[in-house]
Amino acid sequence: APKRYWEETQNATKKVEAEKSSDESKQENTDKEKKTDPFPGDAPIPEERMKKFQRGNKLEVPAGTRLKLRETLTRSEAGSDLAQNQSARYDLLLTEDALEGEEDEDTCTISQEDIAEAVDITSGSKHLLLGGRRGHVTCIEWQTKNLMCEINVMETVQDIWLHSEAMFAVAQKKWLHIYDSSGVELHCIKKFNDVLRMQFLPYHFLLATASATGFLQYLDVSVGKEVAAIPTRCGRLDVMAQNPYNAVIHLGHPNGTVTLWSPNQKEPLVKMLCHRGGVRSLTVDKTGYMVTSGLDRKLKVYDIRAFKPLHSFFLPAGASCLSLSQRGLLSAATGDIVQMYRDACGGAPVTKPYMAHRVRGTVWGVGFCPFEDVLGVGHAEGFTSMIVPSGEPNFDALDMNPYRSTKQRQEWEVKALLEKVQPELISLDPGMLGKVDNATFEQKHKERVEAVGYDPLAHKKFKPRMRKRGRSSAGSVEKRKNKVAHEELK
Amino acid sequence: MSSKSSVEAAPAVMAAEDNDEELSSLEDENVISASEDEEGSEDERKHTKLLEAISSLGGRRRMKQTERSEASLQVSEFSVAADGAGEKVELSDLLGTMEKTPGAPNKTKKQLKNLQNRKDTLELPLSKQETEKIQRGVAYKKSSREVSRWESVITQNQKAEQLVFPLRQDPTGHKRMEQVVAGWKARTPLEQEIFSLLHSNSQPIHDPVLTPVEEASIKAMSLEEAKIRRAELQKARALQSYYEAKARRESKIKSKLYHRVQKKAKRRDFLKQFEEMVKTDPDAALEELKRMELSRMQERMTLKHQNSGKWAKAKAIMAKYDHSARKAMQEQLEINKDLTQKLAVPSEDEDEEKNGDEEAGALPDFVNDPEPILDPVNPWMRGKLSKEEPEPEVEASTEARDEDLEVQQQQEEEEEEENEEEKLLREFERKRKLREDEDDDLVPVPQEEENQTLPVAGAEQASSIEVSAEDGSKITDNNDEDKDDKVDEDDKDEEEEEEEEEEAEEVVSEFNSLFNRLMKSNTTPAVPDQNEGEELLDEGLVRVQTMEDLEALRKDRTNEANQEASVPATDTPTAPESASEPPNKKKRRRKEIDLKKVLTKQATVVKVPLAPTVLEEEEEEEAEVHTEQAAIIKEAFAGDDVISDFLKDKRKQEEAGRPKVVDLTLPGWGEWGGLGLKPSKNKRRKFRKKVAPPPPRQDKKLPAVIISEKRDASVAAHQVSQLPFPFQNPTQFESCVRTPIGQTWNTQTTVRKLTAPRVVTKMGAIIEPMSREDLVPKQKSNEAKRGAAILLEEKRERGKKKGSGGKRALQQKKKKMQKQKKTKE
Repeated sequence: APKRYWEETQNATKKVEAEKSSDESKQENTDKEKKTDPFPGDAPIPEERMKKFQRGNKLEVPAGTRLKLRETLTRSEAGSDLAQNQSARYDLLLTEDALEGEEDEDTCTISQEDIAEAVDITSGSKHLLLGGRRGHVTCIEWQTKNLMCEINVMETVQDIWLHSEAMFAVAQKKWLHIYDSSGVELHCIKKFNDVLRMQFLPYHFLLATASATGFLQYLDVSVGKEVAAIPTRCGRLDVMAQNPYNAVIHLGHPNGTVTLWSPNQKEPLVKMLCHRGGVRSLTVDKTGYMVTSGLDRKLKVYDIRAFKPLHSFFLPAGASCLSLSQRGLLSAATGDIVQMYRDACGGAPVTKPYMAHRVRGTVWGVGFCPFEDVLGVGHAEGFTSMIVPSGEPNFDALDMNPYRSTKQRQEWEVKALLEKVQPELISLDPGMLGKVDNATFEQKHKERVEAVGYDPLAHKKFKPRMRKRGRSSAGSVEKRKNKVAHEELK
Repeated sequence: MSSKSSVEAAPAVMAAEDNDEELSSLEDENVISASEDEEGSEDERKHTKLLEAISSLGGRRRMKQTERSEASLQVSEFSVAADGAGEKVELSDLLGTMEKTPGAPNKTKKQLKNLQNRKDTLELPLSKQETEKIQRGVAYKKSSREVSRWESVITQNQKAEQLVFPLRQDPTGHKRMEQVVAGWKARTPLEQEIFSLLHSNSQPIHDPVLTPVEEASIKAMSLEEAKIRRAELQKARALQSYYEAKARRESKIKSKLYHRVQKKAKRRDFLKQFEEMVKTDPDAALEELKRMELSRMQERMTLKHQNSGKWAKAKAIMAKYDHSARKAMQEQLEINKDLTQKLAVPSEDEDEEKNGDEEAGALPDFVNDPEPILDPVNPWMRGKLSKEEPEPEVEASTEARDEDLEVQQQQEEEEEEENEEEKLLREFERKRKLREDEDDDLVPVPQEEENQTLPVAGAEQASSIEVSAEDGSKITDNNDEDKDDKVDEDDKDEEEEEEEEEEAEEVVSEFNSLFNRLMKSNTTPAVPDQNEGEELLDEGLVRVQTMEDLEALRKDRTNEANQEASVPATDTPTAPESASEPPNKKKRRRKEIDLKKVLTKQATVVKVPLAPTVLEEEEEEEAEVHTEQAAIIKEAFAGDDVISDFLKDKRKQEEAGRPKVVDLTLPGWGEWGGLGLKPSKNKRRKFRKKVAPPPPRQDKKLPAVIISEKRDASVAAHQVSQLPFPFQNPTQFESCVRTPIGQTWNTQTTVRKLTAPRVVTKMGAIIEPMSREDLVPKQKSNEAKRGAAILLEEKRERGKKKGSGGKRALQQKKKKMQKQKKTKE
């Protein structure tokens, strides 16, 4: 702070005192003055985290762009930078914890009993919906074991939660039924018949069903309308998964192919040959991995963004059910054994399972509990829950709060409905909306050029200025052109 | 029309004002007459009076006219008598008296005479329209200048991310004491008195941060500090002057060889730096590599060094007869080769060979010319510790010149390791004295002792010096040969020149080769060093007596060097790995491209990379399952081939995507038609429309994937199809839109910043138009005053200039008008 003249008297007295005191204090004073911040500027952000929040590539503004454009671009770039920095800076995550064996101990040999003894389970309520082969549908809170409803529909059942625990859909032998949480039948949708598998797209409010007749149908739950019905012409559809990244439905077929579908196209977006035998099970990760298992007893990992196979494992008995957790833990059921694989997708090829557990009967379905370290296994003898370190510890309460109250749930419902994504926006690239529709753009641009008589967006070609005294020789002109060649290319 | 209007318009303005006055007077008269008319509406007398008055109004002029005509006789007090009305007054009449008057100055007389001689008439005043036009122009200029002052403010506001209205807002919260005081003025006499007192004591009144005295005291430093500072400055200045002198000296050296050597030293430095960089800062090293890559790219792009230029063509003609020209051309090509060589880390063997080649290439220069060997004296002795080397021009003889070169070379090395070298120099001096004694007295000195005294690093240099020193004793013998060599030397000089020209370009290529060497040296650590050390020890023991011996020794050395280089190549295990890697990559690439191969491969080769260890209990069961499943699979896929089906499907899709040729031929048109007649080939070819091939399919490189090429029109309805204003291409727009601004993806501060409104207004506050005060940014009072003064001066000057310019413009315009009139006439 600057000195004020009225402060001088005080300072003077202080000075006198200071002089009286030893020289050391003087030195200290000088030290204090010289002291600089040992860590100047903002705290550095690790590059990995920065990469995590990077959205697209930075655009370099080429020299010679118009002022207005330059300003808009630089401003938007600055905004992007700020967003990235801030997000990375505030991404303070809980540390990872995984099952670690002692020395020379295989993690796959640790039994569930040991784990259960070591772990103390306290968590918020979660709901579990079970459907039995003989038509038994149960809804319980799986931790408190509170029964919400229990009904018998007297038919074969395939069930699913709709966007909240208030409602669930059950695919019965003939039609698709919707029940509320107390087991009261709300709808019987007769347009959807012979449904074998269902997937619910939470952000689109779409219920996708795959039927035995080879139809893939989309039901908009928010308005109760059928959005699309696609005859896949691929026979019975009993293998289905959704890609949580772009809401594309993956179907597995008996001829070893996996097809990707959106409600907007009558033909598959992508068709890939994955197995020599039929596809038995299929699961897709948020980060872009697809794991398939086939009758040829192979387990294959695909990078679904590039449609390229990453790994191919040979399982002695093949995998009947697959499931990927939020953190990329893969569970595969072979017969009555549930195996867990860690880093099966990303890293080096796995040679042995991370964990394994034997249940009492043949496994029919496996599913990870979101935000919990629990895997639910449905098998011939009933339901088993396993402790597996798999859940995402950092939930986004604005997006999905496992501990939400009724009031919060109601609010979330309204918000989710307001932010509902239209089914037209489902495509392989979810960022399509932010891109210019090139075909129309070009068409319009062409028309405009014809109407105006010149191309208003054309980049002026660089024409080197004529210079005198031999400085406009062919060589030097070429050199000058070369200097801006990289910009011309843009 | 303002009286302020600028000087050039003054006459016109005057004229206009006159007109105005006349008009106004007329109007006044009319008004008066009208009022009189009303008053005397009944009264006859008044009426007649009015008539009279009117008549007198009209008649006055007439009277005057008559008066004028008649007044020729009488002399009026007020008007000049029109005596001799028909005659014109000649100028000479008026000026006649001038000559007679003795008092008039000669100058005026001359001027008047000149006037008399002038024939041209005076210019007419401009027409009203013209003057108005000029006035308008001037006024426009002035007002536009006034308005353009706002431009910067306007653009600034347009640019601003956010505008907060009202623009002038007082900061909220408590004001500082000084700010409150600043606005206050002394009104009462008492206050004024106090103020004057304060003024006299030079106390601050408005912004009392520091008194002038305090400021002065702060500015002053203590004596000690000042001394220290001065000493520092002196030192810095001295250092700078030394450095400058050195740089100047070095830049003046004309010797090409010196510069070449300098360049080499620089390169060596660069290499060292690069080596360090590889260790410490791999990013920078990578960048350096990239630069090299860029140079390679540029070389590939241009026609440089391709022997296609003017110079090369001339040389090509000469090449038949001139060996040097041929060599120069070859060198050019070599440079090109070097530059275009890929920078991939080469295997060891290659490098060794290259290294050997380079050394071999470097050798002939030394071997062919005997000069460096003929050095009379040890060059080390010439250069003193921190002194310039003797000027090369002074000494004429070739030997001396070469010596100098040698000295320069040594000096570079000296620069590299200054401290060590100074020590070494001293030691050399001592030894040289010994050796001179030895030459004179032929007293052998034990060399082992020398070796002991020499540090290992300097051993090689020492040996070379030894050699040269001995050669110095034999100069007299070799002098004759030397003269013969002179002719060759000249040729060699020319070559050198060329070389130097090329060297600038060569730098990059040599960087590449150096880099390669460096990579090799990194991979072969420690082993050659030992060898070198041994070799050095050996060298110390050999004494060379004749020229032949010397040459043999050099050859030996090179051989040894080659051997050294070749030895570590076998040792390094990294080489085969690096060699084996690239083919793998190639294979992978081929995989991507070749569809069928891969598919069949996948179909036939069943790899078992993983056999998961399952609990032992399961194994029996597993075996059962295994056999069961195998049977199932066999059953299920007895007949159908999944892969061929898929391939067929893919081929079908590809076919469908391919555009079809449209055949527009009509039979019978332009030729005979009928049964059995087909349109001719020529015609069919003419009317077949081929469509441009579509862009390559997305799944072109993915054999096991079919990606639909259909355009998804449903998203298109929501997409942008016309670029908004400032954007010039879609990528710019897309990059602007790519970052979401919502709360779901961003922190609160970011959202607030990204969604900040463009204009913010304060509720209830009046937004007033900007005033002139807003235009001028706030400055410190003194500066502002100074600035104002400067501005004023400028204005004055500008005004003058403008004024004169305006006048000139007026005159020009007038001239133009006259010309036009003349032409019309």
